[in-house]
Amino acid sequence: MASVAIEPAQHGLVAHSDGPVVPVQTRDERPTSFDPADFGVPTGLEVNWRFAPLGRLAPLFEALPADDRPDDPAVVFEIIAPDGVVASPLARGTAPRGEIFRPEDLPSALAWQLCDDALHLTVPADAELADRVRVRMHGNGAHRRSNAHIVIEAKENSRATVVLGHTGSAQFAENVEIIVRDGAHLTVIAVQDWEDDAIHASLHQARVDRDASLKHIVVSIGGGVVRVNPTVRLAGAGSQGELFGLSFADAGQHLENQVFLHHEGPHTTGDVLYKGALQGESARTVWIGDVLIGHEAVGTNTYEANRNLVLTPGARADSIPNLEIETGQILGAGHASATGRFDDEQVFYLTSRGITEVEARRLVVRGFLNEIVQKIDDEELRSRLEAVIEEELAGEGLSGEGAARS
Amino acid sequence: MATLQITDLHVSVTTEQGERPILKGVTLTISSGETHAIMGPNGSGKSTLAYTIAGHPKYTVTSGAITFDGEDVLALSVDERARAGLFLAMQYPVEIPGVTVTNFLRTAKTSIAGEAPAIRGWSKEVKESMEALRMDPAFAQRNVNEGFSGGEKKRHEILQLELLKPTIAVLDETDSGLDVDALRIVADGVNRARENTGLGVMLITHYTRILNYIKPDFVHVFVDGRIAEQGGPELADRLEQEGYDRFLEPAKVE
Repeated sequence: MASVAIEPAQHGLVAHSDGPVVPVQTRDERPTSFDPADFGVPTGLEVNWRFAPLGRLAPLFEALPADDRPDDPAVVFEIIAPDGVVASPLARGTAPRGEIFRPEDLPSALAWQLCDDALHLTVPADAELADRVRVRMHGNGAHRRSNAHIVIEAKENSRATVVLGHTGSAQFAENVEIIVRDGAHLTVIAVQDWEDDAIHASLHQARVDRDASLKHIVVSIGGGVVRVNPTVRLAGAGSQGELFGLSFADAGQHLENQVFLHHEGPHTTGDVLYKGALQGESARTVWIGDVLIGHEAVGTNTYEANRNLVLTPGARADSIPNLEIETGQILGAGHASATGRFDDEQVFYLTSRGITEVEARRLVVRGFLNEIVQKIDDEELRSRLEAVIEEELAGEGLSGEGAARS
Repeated sequence: MATLQITDLHVSVTTEQGERPILKGVTLTISSGETHAIMGPNGSGKSTLAYTIAGHPKYTVTSGAITFDGEDVLALSVDERARAGLFLAMQYPVEIPGVTVTNFLRTAKTSIAGEAPAIRGWSKEVKESMEALRMDPAFAQRNVNEGFSGGEKKRHEILQLELLKPTIAVLDETDSGLDVDALRIVADGVNRARENTGLGVMLITHYTRILNYIKPDFVHVFVDGRIAEQGGPELADRLEQEGYDRFLEPAKVE
């Protein structure tokens, strides 16, 4: 007697009769493409553009080449690298450019297509760099477009810190491709210290291989619209990812981070912590954090958090932490988000000890951001941050309010 | 000799329902070297008096005066009051994340003294005061009040009292939530400050227990925003026996 085994139909396995459209289910199913046309111009309805000021970002949706002039590039690159580090150009189609990078929005696809010579920084295998590799990018004009692709490749068992600095002003579409090969330990610090009229869209994508680690820090303290979206894949067994961020938004600034940490390999460890301070009318931060623990990622231990401190009325922080877990065999996973107003009781406590109100506010803000600052192993950047906090808090908004209150 | 003079003080608190009067005419004088116990049932206005002296923005002085050596305290900002020599040990001190005790104490001392303390002498002084209050040295590297137990918070308040050396200190229910051992340690700290600097103390408490360790010169009983009775230490003994009931009854009739 013939029997026919009938598999129970799995919902969603085949397209519905009303059409083939299946919504994106997990963060890693988002579409990627090297062709800008595949993305279309954002409308604001897309999940990754919902909170962005599209009008102000519009120049980065246009397929414009770099506005470089003779002896006057739109963005000047200065590379300071210790001996052993190789900095070389990399055309499209030349490995390792594109080994892991897949544009996931329009500006990143445009930057991919419009940047002919990527910057390739190679840390040789087994090299342990005492000094930092610095890439100083300085924009020469608020209305001048530049497109960049940077490949940072830490070869096997190397150890290095790369600091990407951004100053001046530009319309900057930037891709950063980070490959941390087996056993390497890489720190990447991206500092957005632009003038107020800069717009900057940056997509960082990283793959961390077996027993390797990446410490990735995004510091956004200046710029009109700054959007830095890091995606880190913990691909190799035992790999580690630490993703930290610090932002200080003041009046008129929009600082955005969409952070994606993907645990792919087994026994990986993740730690995501972004902190933001906001002050002034229409100061804005957006943080969307996704952690995805894949099917193979048994033994994962991960945590993501975003904390914001709103110093004055009129500022707004959006914060969305997401956590997706596809395997039950994990050590731990958690997520948290908290946005609080400046606590007047803290100021009262400090001032009741004789500390002036300005100094009290400085202490509170510094204290809040300190958790990230102390993770930054770069004295130059730390003192710059101290100065920025100092400048921001000496600003009119705060001292004016303080004077009115006392 | 410094004198804190409170004259016919009326204070309201801002609530969501509007202004609510709490203090209804308080007159009290505290001079350096003196210890005044302010006792009374919950809700009688003791803490309001403490926070009004310190200048908390939640409280509004509707009439009356506070002067310190003739200077108008109400015209001073919170930090100016502290620099003038007033101190409030709080009942519920807030956490200040990311600010270590060491950093906080040095910043406060610098503000009060007008110049940074000499590093070596200061470190030694902090260490000794912490030892005397039986505080673990690791405490200095913790963030202000973060994860402190109730007793640790109180010790930290008294540590500041000893190091900042105010002229007049208001202790707001410093005894609440302390076990007997902790209470003795904290009281010893207050007594050291009294002996060493001639501190004047306004000791706000619900219970008479702490008065076994910190002997008051005067006792004032607070009921419904006023001083209902005052006297010497013997008044505290009587309160221990009788409680506050006899004050509360006539207050309600009024």
